[in-house]
Amino acid sequence: MSQDLVAAPSGAAPARVRGLSLWYGTFRALDRVTLDVAPGEILSMIGPSGCGKSTLLRCFNRMNEQSYVRMEGDLEVAGYDVMSRSTDSLALRRDVGMVFQRPNPLPISIRENVLFGLRLHAPKTPRSVAEGMMESALQQVALWELVKDKLDRDAESLSLEARQKLCIARLLPLKPKVLLFDEPCSALDPDGTAAVEELMDEMRGTFTQVVVTHNMQQARRVSDRCVFMLMGELVEVAPTAELFTHPKDERTAKYIEGRYG
Amino acid sequence: MADTIARRRPPAHVKYVEWAIEGLVRLCGVSAIVFILAIFVFIGKEGLVFLAEHVGGMLTSTDWGPTNEPAMYGILALVAGTLWCVGLSLILSVPMGLAAAVYLAEFAPEGRREFLKIVVELLAAIPSVVWGFIGVMILNPLLQWMGAPVGLNGLNGAIVLALMTLPLLVSLGEDSLRAVPESYRQAAIAMGATKWEMVWRVLLPAARRGLLVAVLLGVGRCVGETMAVLMVTGHSVRIPDGLYSPVRTLTATIAAELGEAVRGGEHYQALFALGILLFFVTFLVNLAADTVVRERKLQ
Repeated sequence: MSQDLVAAPSGAAPARVRGLSLWYGTFRALDRVTLDVAPGEILSMIGPSGCGKSTLLRCFNRMNEQSYVRMEGDLEVAGYDVMSRSTDSLALRRDVGMVFQRPNPLPISIRENVLFGLRLHAPKTPRSVAEGMMESALQQVALWELVKDKLDRDAESLSLEARQKLCIARLLPLKPKVLLFDEPCSALDPDGTAAVEELMDEMRGTFTQVVVTHNMQQARRVSDRCVFMLMGELVEVAPTAELFTHPKDERTAKYIEGRYG
Repeated sequence: MADTIARRRPPAHVKYVEWAIEGLVRLCGVSAIVFILAIFVFIGKEGLVFLAEHVGGMLTSTDWGPTNEPAMYGILALVAGTLWCVGLSLILSVPMGLAAAVYLAEFAPEGRREFLKIVVELLAAIPSVVWGFIGVMILNPLLQWMGAPVGLNGLNGAIVLALMTLPLLVSLGEDSLRAVPESYRQAAIAMGATKWEMVWRVLLPAARRGLLVAVLLGVGRCVGETMAVLMVTGHSVRIPDGLYSPVRTLTATIAAELGEAVRGGEHYQALFALGILLFFVTFLVNLAADTVVRERKLQ
């Protein structure tokens, strides 16, 4: 296998994947993937549809826990042993936030969306503290000015872009260690995409971010390192600039040249 | 090829068949409206005059005695009997029905859900008179055993009504829960919610309109239900004064007395006035449900 490990920067790895395989029934969606995610970096995952990049991402917070899924290997995320039965899924998901393809704010008010995580994991947070956390979360995603006068409005009254920002904001009060983005901009227009990318850039260093994207240009713009996957296999991982200019593997080269995918 | 399709001309008789079918469909549509208007007119003709004359007396007295001398037409006790049965039955059926709907929509494995849905739909197919039997034969002795002086009473009626509305609540409730987009569930689960927290904090609020419609339609069904209620409520005209108090509803009164009332007489007209009242109430309930549905569509 050609997955040369790029040495992760010092410090404990926010995610450590070792020989991870996953089957949907008899279909092998991940084939012995090994990968380290470095603290504070933005790691992007690219590859054609069905290459397993989303599947890998969803392993990180156990979002593919259906009965017909079988996994093998080692996976450690944010200090949790994801493969162990005794690991608490709820705590894992508290520390590993996820942003979905389509903005999916909950059908409750903007305020309650941001406070939702606290309601679940820290219901005894004093009101004033919670309000402060809500404000700073909304500040951080540059939504505060827009929504501060309509916090009790339905979250679905917002534009798509604002909704996606809200979906990021609602993760922040829980102080997650890792943020997972599953094609976060594919439902947004170019302006919205730029805004979300800018946000990710600002959070660089504060959070470790893993982004699955269909959009190679996006991977190029936002990520520090980039993973190329194909048919469940991790083909190559390298600093983004290097992967796009001097891919080591011929399959990577062909993909980024647009010869398939 | 496209040319031949464009030039294909239907034979002449097709036009007439089309015309006939269209006419038939239109007739069906129009006749539905005509029938409803006819019902309005029919009930209104018999009852409105009486209602106009006696409305004050009807709404201020609890004494219903159309065959007394002089006749008394106070409907307050009947209205109270109806509200009593409907209210009690909702207290029983709404929590149970919604809980069952949540179980079916979110917790039951696929196979069991299909099986239970069939059972629930079977429950809906039981004729109202059979529910009456159940009330008389099973609930009656059961309530007496529990300490009721008379087993045929308002509570018996409420239980029967609750059982009758349960299928409606369960299947409409389940539909509206399952109509909640999967993305909400994913969002809540990915935030670290347990399944129950997801149901309580996300699904129920998201489905609230649909659930409200289910409850309103259940209310409409309860208010209008006649035969089972007639058989099990004890048929005693009075304001209910205890859990085991026998009552009589508006519907039961009409069903029981219409046969003996002199056609066109005052008693007969009074019963039609009750009919107008019932019609009005169920109309309002359905209108409310419809408004909720419409608002939901607008969103």
